[in-house]
Amino acid sequence: MNPLNNTDKEHQTAAMNASTENTTRSTTATVRASLKKRYAAEKRFRLYGIIAISSSIGFLFLLLASITSKGLPAFTQTFVKLDVELNSEQLGITDAPSAADLRSANYSGVIKQTLRDRFPEVTKRGEKKALYKLISTGAQYELYDRVAADPSLVGQTISLWVPADDELGAIIKSDADLTQPDSITTRMTDQQIAWAKTLKDAGDLDVRFNTTFFKNGDSREPELAGIRAALIGSAFTLLITFTLSFPVAVSAAIYLEEFAPQNRWTDIVEVNINNLAAVPSIVFGLLGLAVFINFFHLPRSAPVVGGIVLSLMTLPTIIISSRAALKAVPPSIREAARGLGASPLQVVTHHVLPLAMPGILTGTIIGLAQALGETAPLLMIGMVAFIVDIPASITDAATVLPVQVFLWADSPERAFVEKTSAAIMVLLVFLILMNAIAVMLRKRFERRW
Amino acid sequence: MSATHLLLITFGLAVASFLYGRMQAFSVAKSHGGVSAMHSLPSHYGMMVALWCALPALAVIIGWKLLEPMVVSNLLNTAIPQVVLDGGERAVELYKNDLSNLVNNDRIASIDNPEKLIAAERLASLRSTSSMALVVLALVIAVMSATFALKRIKPHFRARHTVERIIQFFLVSCASLAILTTLGIVLSVLFEAIRFFQQVGILEFITGTKWSPQTAIRADQVGSSGSFGAVPLFLGTLLISFIAMIVAVPFGLMSAIYLAEYASRPVRNIAKPLLEILAGIPTVVYGFFAALTVAPALRSLGGSLGLSVSSESALAAGAVMGIMIIPFVSSLSDDVITAVPQTMRDGSYGLGSTKSETIRKVVIPAALPGIVGGILLAVSRAIGETMIVVMAAGLAANMTANPLEAVTTVTVQIVTLLTGDQEFDSAKTLAAFALGLMLFIVTLCLNIIALRVVRKYREQYE
Repeated sequence: MNPLNNTDKEHQTAAMNASTENTTRSTTATVRASLKKRYAAEKRFRLYGIIAISSSIGFLFLLLASITSKGLPAFTQTFVKLDVELNSEQLGITDAPSAADLRSANYSGVIKQTLRDRFPEVTKRGEKKALYKLISTGAQYELYDRVAADPSLVGQTISLWVPADDELGAIIKSDADLTQPDSITTRMTDQQIAWAKTLKDAGDLDVRFNTTFFKNGDSREPELAGIRAALIGSAFTLLITFTLSFPVAVSAAIYLEEFAPQNRWTDIVEVNINNLAAVPSIVFGLLGLAVFINFFHLPRSAPVVGGIVLSLMTLPTIIISSRAALKAVPPSIREAARGLGASPLQVVTHHVLPLAMPGILTGTIIGLAQALGETAPLLMIGMVAFIVDIPASITDAATVLPVQVFLWADSPERAFVEKTSAAIMVLLVFLILMNAIAVMLRKRFERRW
Repeated sequence: MSATHLLLITFGLAVASFLYGRMQAFSVAKSHGGVSAMHSLPSHYGMMVALWCALPALAVIIGWKLLEPMVVSNLLNTAIPQVVLDGGERAVELYKNDLSNLVNNDRIASIDNPEKLIAAERLASLRSTSSMALVVLALVIAVMSATFALKRIKPHFRARHTVERIIQFFLVSCASLAILTTLGIVLSVLFEAIRFFQQVGILEFITGTKWSPQTAIRADQVGSSGSFGAVPLFLGTLLISFIAMIVAVPFGLMSAIYLAEYASRPVRNIAKPLLEILAGIPTVVYGFFAALTVAPALRSLGGSLGLSVSSESALAAGAVMGIMIIPFVSSLSDDVITAVPQTMRDGSYGLGSTKSETIRKVVIPAALPGIVGGILLAVSRAIGETMIVVMAAGLAANMTANPLEAVTTVTVQIVTLLTGDQEFDSAKTLAAFALGLMLFIVTLCLNIIALRVVRKYREQYE
């Protein structure tokens, strides 16, 4: 490296000193003396850069690790095996029950009886209550499903695996030492843990893959809560968003890139689109609430309104990336098509648009991924309802995955923490998939001219 | 027949008329000596017929659907019992809603009140008449206008121009939708905000220091008269955004400098997508992370140092928000740093400066306007960010500059005011729109300034 001073000024001063005072110290020597310090500064600066980038990436891994470690247990569920005697008297039905009888039969009583039979030493009222708490309240529905599918089971004794309560489930899944109740942090009593130990030693406790989580809607009971309703809601919302925003955004991009004259109106539109891209998402929620719900009286909490709001929000993103894709198509293609007699619209629809399509689709997928993760505007239009039923159409009350995450994160039950993390994992998987498709599209079809 | 079915049928008719129109064009061409004798391609003629078929019908369907509720509601008045009509407008409204629910859910049979039964049946019959009339009208119009268009298929008819003009019009209106959206935002928020300012003075809102939006449900309730001084919210928002920027700017800027100036190609290829992942994570996930991981960790850390840290501290929300904004700052700064011409760096090296000296004294000063623009955009993002603060920041308005205490922000208040039961006339609900208006104005100003700065900077080096 050329041993010169780092700024002109110092250089001049040094030269002046040398000429006027005739000092022996030359410029070279001054520079040499400062070199060590300057190289140290260089190393430090570089180190700051490395620290910044590695800690940013470190944050990412910390976030993912914390969510994965919390969420993994939610993908398994603890089941308890019960040998249920389907006594028609206990069920409160006749021997030849009708479907309505079966629906209203006393399944919870039968299950409680089974538990009492299993632990005959339990007699006190409080103890009985504690015993029943080992089993999820969903057990009776499980039993009903079984009996409704095959009414001839009435009168027989069947063995049934039912979901355990969330507290019991948590300690079994964490593989805690049941002989040392004091070492376990749980809301369960020592007595309940002792019962759990009996069940476990008899092989009547099992941890299985949690299908409930993917089959059910929301529930107040953590062990029965699932993301199905939210997933379907997200799918409906995203479908609306796509069908509205894609054609409109592409048309707008085509107009602005290919046809728009350079005038004031075009300028206003462009500035507007850029500004809309940076408007906080919650403001779009306010727009949706005031215009679509209060003015047009569209149904609250419905995917159709959510989809409209999200498509207004993603429009700028898709327009901007579509314009970039259209711009990347070289003018020679347009000129060649014009030369062969194509009309301006034919040039676009036959040549420019197909060539720009991969870029446009990439932008669209990224915009949709953004919409999939969006929460705030949907809170405004009431998609925060407690949804148990799976929505069947775009006008049914529904919720979406991120909002479900928000709702569960607010729940006091400890078991909802793992559900929340698991729902986040599912959400992230979808986002990663969408982004991967976008990257693949770009890699595969991108043409450099 | 529902509106969806009708739309599908109209679409089907349009497709059919496209095919028929094209066929017709071919046969007309044949009698005039081939396709080249026609002004436009057969598909243009087909397209013209299809548009003639679909557009008038669509206009009729949309117009009908917009007017139908009003007309039906007025016609229904004759069937509503006098008792209800005497009860005033609100009672009539309620009664009609009730009827509409009964009819929608097909529960007319369960009505035991004879007067109500008559009204419900009247509503049902009005609706079915209306939808039948619409179906007939729409289909007749579609077929008639398509036949009219078919008659116009002649060699000299300029079908392509007609079709292309319509499509151009569609393109223009799509592009103008952005303006419509902005207008919609401004009008809807402004309109409700003005209603709010009629109840609460604008000066009180902007300069008041007490925020407690709970208004009394009954007049005799104590202590909940509601006061709407938004200063604590503004300060809370600023505090959290400030903390976020303290995290985001150094990390984001240094990452960008390292990636642009030092990193080798493979490192860049790995690190950039990883940072983009950080940007792609939904904010609700960050909120969850802040509320359940960062806040408790900070609290126990503060406890061990002898500090009392609130479990909803501004620090936790701000720091996590900062992490979220890092990729935003870094990618914007990366763009402007790489846009600085290489000749400037070469000049600096030629004078003997080291790499870091070049960056600090030449590249950064040259890129500064762009970086400032990027940071302004990041600030507007931080101010408008919602989910992280809703989940990790406090609800109570608190005037403090201490990052360890809980503060609340504008966006948190909008969400709390508008979720749950709401009444559209109460100052409480309208206050959310006033806050939204402030938020929109502030972020809009920041964006306009930032975009202008960035654009100016770009022009400088192009």
